[in-house]
Amino acid sequence: MNFLCAGEDPQIMFAGWLQRKGPGPAAYALLLLLSCAGHAAWGAPTDNIVYQTPSIFQPQSGPAHMIYHLSLFVMQITGAIFIVVAAFWLYVVVRFRQRDPKDDSEPPQIYGSTQIEMAWTVIPILIVLVLFLTTARILFAIQDAKMPPTATHVDVVGHQFWWEFNYPDYRFTTVGELHVPVSTEQAPMTTSLRLLSADVVHAFWVPALMGKIDTIPNKVNSMWFNPDKVGMYVGQCAQFCGVEHAKMLLRVYVQTPDDFAAWVKNQQQPAVQDPAVAEGRQVFESQACISCHVIRGTAANGKFGPDLTHLMSRDTIASGASANTPADLKLWIKDPDYVKPGSLMPAMQLSDDQIDKIVAYLSTLK
Amino acid sequence: MADSTLPIGSVIDLTPPSEAYGTWLEQVHSWVVTVDHKKLGIMYVVYALIFLLVAGFEAILLRIQLMVPRNNFISPEVFNRLFTMHGTTMIFLMGMPMVIGFANYLVPLMVGARDMAFPRLNAFSFWMTALGGLFLYYSFVGGVGLQGAGSAPDFTWWGYAPLTERAFSRGHTADYWALALIVAGFGTIGAAVNIIATTLCMRCKGMTLFRMPLLPWLNLVVAGMILIAISPLTAAQIMLLIDRYLGGHFFDSQAGGAPYVWMHFFWIFGHPEVYILVLPAFAIANEVIPVFSRKAIFGYPAMVAASAGIGLISLSVWAHHMFTVGMTSAQNAFFVLSTGLVGVPTGIKIFNWIATMWGGKIRFATPMLFCTAFVVQFLFAGLTGIILSTAPWNWQLHNSYFVIAHFHYVLVGAIIFCIFAGFYYWFPKVTGRMLDERLGKWHFWLFVLGFHMTFDLMHIPGLLGMPRSIYTYEPGRGWESWNMLVSIGGIIQAVATLIFVYNLVYSYFKGAEAGPDPWDAWTLEWATSSPPPEYNFASEPVVNSRRPLWDLKHPEDPDSRYE
Repeated sequence: MNFLCAGEDPQIMFAGWLQRKGPGPAAYALLLLLSCAGHAAWGAPTDNIVYQTPSIFQPQSGPAHMIYHLSLFVMQITGAIFIVVAAFWLYVVVRFRQRDPKDDSEPPQIYGSTQIEMAWTVIPILIVLVLFLTTARILFAIQDAKMPPTATHVDVVGHQFWWEFNYPDYRFTTVGELHVPVSTEQAPMTTSLRLLSADVVHAFWVPALMGKIDTIPNKVNSMWFNPDKVGMYVGQCAQFCGVEHAKMLLRVYVQTPDDFAAWVKNQQQPAVQDPAVAEGRQVFESQACISCHVIRGTAANGKFGPDLTHLMSRDTIASGASANTPADLKLWIKDPDYVKPGSLMPAMQLSDDQIDKIVAYLSTLK
Repeated sequence: MADSTLPIGSVIDLTPPSEAYGTWLEQVHSWVVTVDHKKLGIMYVVYALIFLLVAGFEAILLRIQLMVPRNNFISPEVFNRLFTMHGTTMIFLMGMPMVIGFANYLVPLMVGARDMAFPRLNAFSFWMTALGGLFLYYSFVGGVGLQGAGSAPDFTWWGYAPLTERAFSRGHTADYWALALIVAGFGTIGAAVNIIATTLCMRCKGMTLFRMPLLPWLNLVVAGMILIAISPLTAAQIMLLIDRYLGGHFFDSQAGGAPYVWMHFFWIFGHPEVYILVLPAFAIANEVIPVFSRKAIFGYPAMVAASAGIGLISLSVWAHHMFTVGMTSAQNAFFVLSTGLVGVPTGIKIFNWIATMWGGKIRFATPMLFCTAFVVQFLFAGLTGIILSTAPWNWQLHNSYFVIAHFHYVLVGAIIFCIFAGFYYWFPKVTGRMLDERLGKWHFWLFVLGFHMTFDLMHIPGLLGMPRSIYTYEPGRGWESWNMLVSIGGIIQAVATLIFVYNLVYSYFKGAEAGPDPWDAWTLEWATSSPPPEYNFASEPVVNSRRPLWDLKHPEDPDSRYE
């Protein structure tokens, strides 16, 4: 039963599933089936589970609301078509089945009817036109909307396998967790995204806030949203981008204007310099860490990996694959492949002492 | 032996009994060197069946991995390879050879010809397709390259550049993938040329184009689409190989190439491809539904026109796979409209099938069971297609499990169901023995159960925000129980398919004798013996209507009077 003996996490998770659903014989059969699972991964110390369903039917922003209303309209039309045609189908299947297997007389032969064919050509064309016009109205309203001058601009850059968010107006960069101001009727606040890719094609998708849009190398895309409720919204990459596509998660934190301003102010500061962890900083700067990561105000100025200047202001690491606690951080630095197999961060073969010092240093980067 | 009561076709059967073909080795040899359209058709279908089992097995592994969140049944690398191979195999090594195999076997028989127009090209096409399969699966062994461990393509079956470029796909897996598709594509084009020539030039006396049965008609349309659609795919694969080996920069983004262009090339193949697979499935339904409803097909001219209409319109809908790539609003609007319009001829077909059944005496033998389920399932799949064509909503649904559910509804709920119907319907013609009805009913009901459990429920995690191509997912997203049920449904389908395979083998040896015309059908293939002799018909048939055997069986009220 390798699966059950593996890390805490799936075990707790699966037990929770059983509790909610109640174990039946099928569940035990499945346990048996799953016992052929491979080596233990997902051994992260903190469970990092967010109970939130990113349903497209719980819109929390302008464009998401528009799409939601379009979807209701389209579902009504297609649903009605299905019910009508399926009812005919059911009637035919029941009414015209052969009742007496010995009766081999042939029914009257009917070859067709031009009037009927015309009817079921013209009516669908009209339905298609109605759907097209409705769709086009929403399409143009979202895609060709003018951005207000107060819009918050964010450049989203997709990387294998994490998200970079640049705020060109505020001149700082953050990673994995996008912060935006809430939009109210009194103070509308639009967030305008430009989407780019550093390597392969990704797609940015937070169902509650907006439809997905691809980030494509050598192409700049754009999208916008105006979130109407404070909160945290989950999403993830929606275009296969390589080994760890599944763990390219993302979060959007919608904040009140005051909270957002405070967050921006903190992000704009250079990294905290705490003399108590000077030793950790020295270890960090003497390792290859600095050739991939930025910590503003230090020697670390690599561009390949995530910006760590305010690492501790984030809830997750490894693009949401792990919680941001010292224990998780330690495990992640020791063996990134264990937490997120296929991640591009290498294990640096550091001693436990070195890792402890680095984690102590990173833990001060509020 | 041919039925001498039927004056059309073979009156005297001169075929020697099969023992006369000699030893086992000589028999194998006869299959390898054959140019007979029936033997090639059987080889296509068997080849496709083998890959159906292989790719089905891959799907089961994927579904076991997705049963619970954060499962580690298989590693991400293996998962990515398996779903890439599952998709590529099902489209290129299962779907295409299967429908071409049916066309190969049936088109000459149904138009009263002795073989395809170009028998040697036919054999060449089959062996090219077979070579494509070999290339693709050889990548498991030969794709190691620089990567180290065993390998296979791992960049999805649509292979978006630059993932397929050397910077992201080291080793040779992308090369084997590209070569496999190019080579199998040559085979497909050869088959298409052959079908066009056969339907246009090889029809028997009296069979005008508008007396040709719908199966050859639809395959004619498909063959035309193949000629147009496969070429961009081949071109794109050649460009990819130039990028990988000759320093080209078509899609190589680091050197200024445009991955965006790959998408257009791929989907201008990829969308017609769906219709290339689904029209031959319609073709099967067009034969089965009238025979088991005991009525002529309703609206034959409308059915022909609708097929041609689908063929034309489907060439202009490809970018509905690309609503999220950042096209202008006007471009998006165009593809919303064209995609909606392709639903119109498709709808006409559904209405005509229901109208054909209307007023009939429907016999629910296994072929008809599959076709009946097909009609309503295809209706549903078409409507989710309309849902996906509404671009703003597509921004939410694209690349989610809703899309996977939609296209599996088409590929399984429509195409595989019709192919199963075709097996039950023509197996007696091909082997001379009936498929077992009791096993057939088990197969049907289990498959229907598994199909609906898997693909009905699969729409839901898509609506709840679950993207495709992910080897695992986070707990707490509300996707867990749906995925568990979907996986169980998949296993039920696998069991049903194994029953089907057992039925094929069992009935081949033990099935009831079929005779030339077990279904009391109306098209020419039933006028010759089962299995037909190598030359199909001893004398060239002469027909006066779309249903020559109806005329023969009902001389008092022949079809020719009404057409």
